[in-house]
Amino acid sequence: MTTLRQRTEELRRRMRGASRGGGEAAIEKQKATGKMTARERILAVLDSGSFHEYDLFVEHAGKDFDMDKKYFPGDGVVTGTGTINGFPICIYAQDFTVAGGSLGYMHAKKITKIMDHAMKLKVPCIGINDSGGARIQEGVNSLAGYGEIFFRNTQASGVIPQISVILGPCAGGAVYSPALTDFVFVVDKISKMFITGPEVIKTVLGEEISMEDLGGAAVHSEITGNAHFFATSENECFDQIKKLMSFIPWNNTKKADPFPIKKPKNKVFKLTEIFPTDSKKPYDVRLVIKAICDDSDFFEVHERFAANIVVGFARMNGQSVGFVANQPMVLAGVLDVDSSDKAARFIRFCDAFNIPLVTLVDLPGYLPGIDQEHAGVIRHGAKVLYAYSEATVPKITVILRKAYGGGYIAMCSNHLKADFVLAWPTAEIAVMGPEGAANIIFRNEIQNAPNPEEARKKKIEEYKEKFANPYVAAAFGYVDAVIEPLKTREFILHALEISAQKKEDRPVKKHGIPPF
Amino acid sequence: MKNSKKSEPNFRKLTVLGEEYTTLYTRKYENRKPHKPADHKKLYSFIPGKIKDVFVEKGVAVSPGDKLLILEAMKMDNEIIAPVAGTVKKVYVVSGQMVAKNELLIEIS
Repeated sequence: MTTLRQRTEELRRRMRGASRGGGEAAIEKQKATGKMTARERILAVLDSGSFHEYDLFVEHAGKDFDMDKKYFPGDGVVTGTGTINGFPICIYAQDFTVAGGSLGYMHAKKITKIMDHAMKLKVPCIGINDSGGARIQEGVNSLAGYGEIFFRNTQASGVIPQISVILGPCAGGAVYSPALTDFVFVVDKISKMFITGPEVIKTVLGEEISMEDLGGAAVHSEITGNAHFFATSENECFDQIKKLMSFIPWNNTKKADPFPIKKPKNKVFKLTEIFPTDSKKPYDVRLVIKAICDDSDFFEVHERFAANIVVGFARMNGQSVGFVANQPMVLAGVLDVDSSDKAARFIRFCDAFNIPLVTLVDLPGYLPGIDQEHAGVIRHGAKVLYAYSEATVPKITVILRKAYGGGYIAMCSNHLKADFVLAWPTAEIAVMGPEGAANIIFRNEIQNAPNPEEARKKKIEEYKEKFANPYVAAAFGYVDAVIEPLKTREFILHALEISAQKKEDRPVKKHGIPPF
Repeated sequence: MKNSKKSEPNFRKLTVLGEEYTTLYTRKYENRKPHKPADHKKLYSFIPGKIKDVFVEKGVAVSPGDKLLILEAMKMDNEIIAPVAGTVKKVYVVSGQMVAKNELLIEIS
């Protein structure tokens, strides 16, 4: 009879064998490209000592092409549970050193199993992607594997936070799991995402492009918007993940954990110096957010994508809130195809996970242009209206300066059922800016005047005086309070406190049909 | 400590609803392609491939739907048909020729 000690020794030997990944040579190759191994990554992102691995002894199920003679440790993916800032997490990481991290039947089974766990336990799920794609030898079973993952991503959407980390190639069908999750993290020179790689593009279309230019981290964080967070190293990326987790709840029945209250750094972020009253002048709206939020700590999402709108997380008296703000510094803060997509998605995340929304408004309307019209700014712009109207979390809107036309309505106006609409005395709530409006309303008077230029100026001034202010809207009750800019934080804090128990019902339905 | 001068951001003008704003452009906005109205009289290759067959020559009258040529690409025979009525002004390709994407194939007058 073997002793308990002997059995334990045998277990340890087996574990060592299964955790060695693809062997020393493959691991060296992985490291040479600036990448960590799958296990190192999991350990780096989780709290120290918290990782518990499952399915270490799973073996692949391939029978064809002599696959039955091959052994892939863990079948190329590491799965388990652990904590981040004490927050429970389910996690998996594809191991590129084992068969190129390729996805076969059992590999996918391990992933779907940990996803099912995450759903049962109602905890966030993090997926670290580093894979050459489908394991061709396993044929249709690897396709089935992807399909099972996509289905679970969709079921889990809005129930538990789902995070994808792209730390290597993620090509073909594999890209759709990250695309279905809430936040995608990429690292410069390491992440590569595309449906069709440069090779195929060259053969079929005769167009030459490098992997980096086709689907590198910079492209996805700036051009496509597929990635939400961009880092220059894997460690920076893991810090971003930990920070994000601190702002969001475990699941859709909870609120994010409160933090100790900290005042904004008002000595650094002085509203009076940051903010120009002339609505044609640019400024960085992120500085206004920092002048309002706890500790001036604003964690931006989609920082590089559609910079004409700013979205991200911050805290107000220790409570997590989502900020959405037009950015006058970029494209005058207009809504366009990309910024509408960006804002709508963020609003829906916050609404799904009980994070109140604070909207700062300063926009001239929608971006004019044939390219915008043809790219579908109508249906994309509609997403913002849909997302705000649908949201039932506390919605607080502050109109800083210009709020013209359709843009005014879209930015969580009273009409889309904001709970509180506040306006600074610099707010201009109108159908359009004074110059445009005066030119239309007083066209005849201007044309027939002895000095049309002078008449134009006079009419613009008249319009400005009468309409470019918050008081017309306030007179109709569309603005709940015109406030002193320096009292903004106090007003928002009060509004959040008052609406802490807000519960709003929507008509019962299977689901709406958002303008996807 | 040296006084490093902060470079002034490259502010531009953007007109929205009659108002001109000072602001930055995004890279995507700068790189947007100017709109070209569609010219149905010029037929370009929509994919690179091989001209397998040419059915018309200069001076032939065509009506919408007439087969003009076959462009073989990705193992598919793509029939290129006349979108408008007119006379073939010029045929730029011959049978057996390889073409790149967006190459002018036929012009109709």
